[in-house]
Amino acid sequence: MSDKKNWPLWEVFVRSKNGLEHRHCGSLHAADEDMALENARDVYTRRSEGVSIWVVESKNITASNPENNGEMFEPAHDKVYRHPTFYDLPDEVKHM
Amino acid sequence: MSEEQIKNLETQFEARIARDEKIEPKDWMPEKYRKTHIRQMSQHAHSEIVGMLPEGNWITRAPSLRRKVALLAKVQDEAGHGLYLYSACETLGVSREELYEQLHSGKAKYSSIFNYPTVTWADMGAVGWLVDGAAIINQVPLCNTSYGPYARAMVRVCKEESFHQRQGYEIMIKLANGTPEQKELAQDALNRWWWPSLMMLGPTDAESIHTEQSMKWKLKRKSNDDLRQQFIDQTVPQAELIGLTIPDADLKWNEERQSYDFGEINWDEFWQVVKGHGPMNKERMKARVGAWEEGEWVRDAAMAYAEKKQERKQKQAI
Repeated sequence: MSDKKNWPLWEVFVRSKNGLEHRHCGSLHAADEDMALENARDVYTRRSEGVSIWVVESKNITASNPENNGEMFEPAHDKVYRHPTFYDLPDEVKHM
Repeated sequence: MSEEQIKNLETQFEARIARDEKIEPKDWMPEKYRKTHIRQMSQHAHSEIVGMLPEGNWITRAPSLRRKVALLAKVQDEAGHGLYLYSACETLGVSREELYEQLHSGKAKYSSIFNYPTVTWADMGAVGWLVDGAAIINQVPLCNTSYGPYARAMVRVCKEESFHQRQGYEIMIKLANGTPEQKELAQDALNRWWWPSLMMLGPTDAESIHTEQSMKWKLKRKSNDDLRQQFIDQTVPQAELIGLTIPDADLKWNEERQSYDFGEINWDEFWQVVKGHGPMNKERMKARVGAWEEGEWVRDAAMAYAEKKQERKQKQAI
């Protein structure tokens, strides 16, 4: 193995068509951002799966830790009043 | 963590999988789950990468432009499938370099079928029809496996794979309907690839050491023998349709089982090939390791160029 550094890891996000969001579809290795984009095109859009690609070097992503999901997402659990079904309406009101 | 705590986590983990919940990379998982997945996913990735070699052999000699573009696209797909699977495997904390190292040193296995030679053009037909056919049967159930990144990669792979089998079968149709020599080529390819394709679905259930645990983790949804029966039942009529004969004297429709009975598989041959004594094991590894080593200067140059560009950008910013 050479003493040079290995190509870093990039995360790939593809917008399948205008009007839809970019979605994470996998990762790949590339020396720099230009190569990452070209590799992403060849690896993830060989059948016209995309109209736009984002690549982000994996080390730049900050992720939440599933072990802390309890504390992290707990505040949303007891706030049922954020949902429309929490509110009582007379049956006569058909659409609201 | 105490032993009891780990036991507890393991029980919760198994329950999640039993409820059909997916496991994602940062979730807690038993060490054995992680190791088993690295082993199976990397084996799968290696098979895609080594699988390019027998077909790459015929790209320059494809008999028409139509055949050539199709074969090129198929081989490129296999590179892509290898990359999806390597990247899914890396989410478990193993590096790409380690995975390559395991392949190149012989520590990791790849599908034994790729250790057979592709000696005529008809082999491109037989490989697409039979080898990709068997692979699809193996892979479709994995779209629902418990490990999220593996399942997602398999969905992509399966979507792309069905053209591979069709292009192979089309080659066989053409040859089977051609001159007597062409038909003979097709029959000869079927004769050579039939049994290795059956072996490709893995050892019989009695000898398969990983089945039980793999079933629990949904790494496997059907046993090797069930998959093999499915493959035979679906392939025999396809051979009959184009006038080719399956090279098995014991092959017979079983009315009661609504399935084909078939002859004895030569498992000695299978284990010989797995252990490295197949006709092409050495050749395949030589080609793979050679490509990796000869490409080293290209990878280094790309990295050096990327660093130079980065430095230039930083200087300009100052």
